[in-house]
Amino acid sequence: MNTVAIILVYSTSHAIQAERVLKKAGLAAKLIPTPRQLSSDCGSAIRIDAADQEASTAALERAGVPIDRLVAIGA
Amino acid sequence: MIYLDNAATSWPKPECVIEAITRFLHDVGASPGRSGHRLANEAERIRLDAREALGELLGVSNPLRIVFTSNATTALNIAIQGLLPPGSHVVTSGIEHNAAMRPLRMLEQRGVSISVAPCGGDATMHASALNDLIRPETHLIVANHASNVSGTLLPIRQIGELASARGIPLLVDAAQTAGCAPINLTADHIDILAFTGHKGLLGPTGTGGLAFREDFDIARLPPLICGGTGSRSEDQVQPDFLPDRYEGGTSNILGLAGLAASVRYVLERGVETIRMHEARLTGRLIDGLARVPRVAIVGPCDPAKQTGIVSFVIDGMPCSEAALVLDEQFDIMCRPGLHCAPLAHRSLGTLPDGTVRLAPGPFTTEREIDQTISAVAKLAEIES
Repeated sequence: MNTVAIILVYSTSHAIQAERVLKKAGLAAKLIPTPRQLSSDCGSAIRIDAADQEASTAALERAGVPIDRLVAIGA
Repeated sequence: MIYLDNAATSWPKPECVIEAITRFLHDVGASPGRSGHRLANEAERIRLDAREALGELLGVSNPLRIVFTSNATTALNIAIQGLLPPGSHVVTSGIEHNAAMRPLRMLEQRGVSISVAPCGGDATMHASALNDLIRPETHLIVANHASNVSGTLLPIRQIGELASARGIPLLVDAAQTAGCAPINLTADHIDILAFTGHKGLLGPTGTGGLAFREDFDIARLPPLICGGTGSRSEDQVQPDFLPDRYEGGTSNILGLAGLAASVRYVLERGVETIRMHEARLTGRLIDGLARVPRVAIVGPCDPAKQTGIVSFVIDGMPCSEAALVLDEQFDIMCRPGLHCAPLAHRSLGTLPDGTVRLAPGPFTTEREIDQTISAVAKLAEIES
């Protein structure tokens, strides 16, 4: 079972906006340096609880924050 | 000292702006968009604070549709140079500042044709004056929200409605109005708005930018400056998304830290409250100066139709001389001359001599206005 998921975004502006949107929605979100094996696009990504994937993507969509990819990390 | 040069740059700045800049230098320091460590992230949070505050002020719900540049001039150049290919046509007003007119005249050399809508002698203009000039090849309408010479406000919502009805993008130069006159990109039908941070927004110099209405398609507007953004680093082509598309190069984050605080201050004090304060002072200044012999005020002479600017001439006295005496003998700071806006002066009939411009701000007091009126009265007397 996955415990965390990484939201990849296009820029740090999006990463910070995503962090703010998710925190406002009451979801746990942590800004992390993007794991190099996942992407070289943007230096920052957002780590969320795997259980929050749907709620997180819905909140970001409502706020108009574009997501590059969502990657589930196996436990 | 009495500072009446707020139309050039506002001063003093709210204390919170000084604190925000100092705090940034002490505690943050890093460059946003790069690196991803906690200080860089904090810098990006501050930059987002600035975008959010401006979005709130201008009626733009997605903060990433606020793009930062070093001033309104750069912002206007991005929009003007990006939207007008050779062979296209642009309509503008008779009160434009050189920040818009010079890029337009440069493009004229490359085959863009320009129509300038005439203004009245007080620089007022009806939206219909622009409408009459629109052609099938009109690509853009450029309108200054308010003259930096006389303070005259253009009917921006009516111009927006017209542009929207005719399907032509509207670019508004809000250098004189952002922070001291109500603006809402959606309600006013403004596609792109250029703002500066250091006038009515009460922030530091070196800050400004563009605000894009939600439905303006940025694919229509190529970037003017390309460069590093911290995003898509493997790609040699400029990113196509906001805000990075127009933000190549290191950001003036120190200035934006101040701007985030200053726009928040403006929101808390209220644009309407600031507008009423400045209108009251402007009315007082107009009434007082109107009673001084040999002084002629240019512009509408009606606070409802202008921003916090009162421009005047003293019969027989060069405006530069008047400003020097006001500075040295009366401790009053103002700006004489043509104010980088020869087109507006032509509309007002004040070419080539220019005017003396008094521009109170949010921190100017009625007492300072009264002292200024007395000083101008003495000045006019001395020289007669």
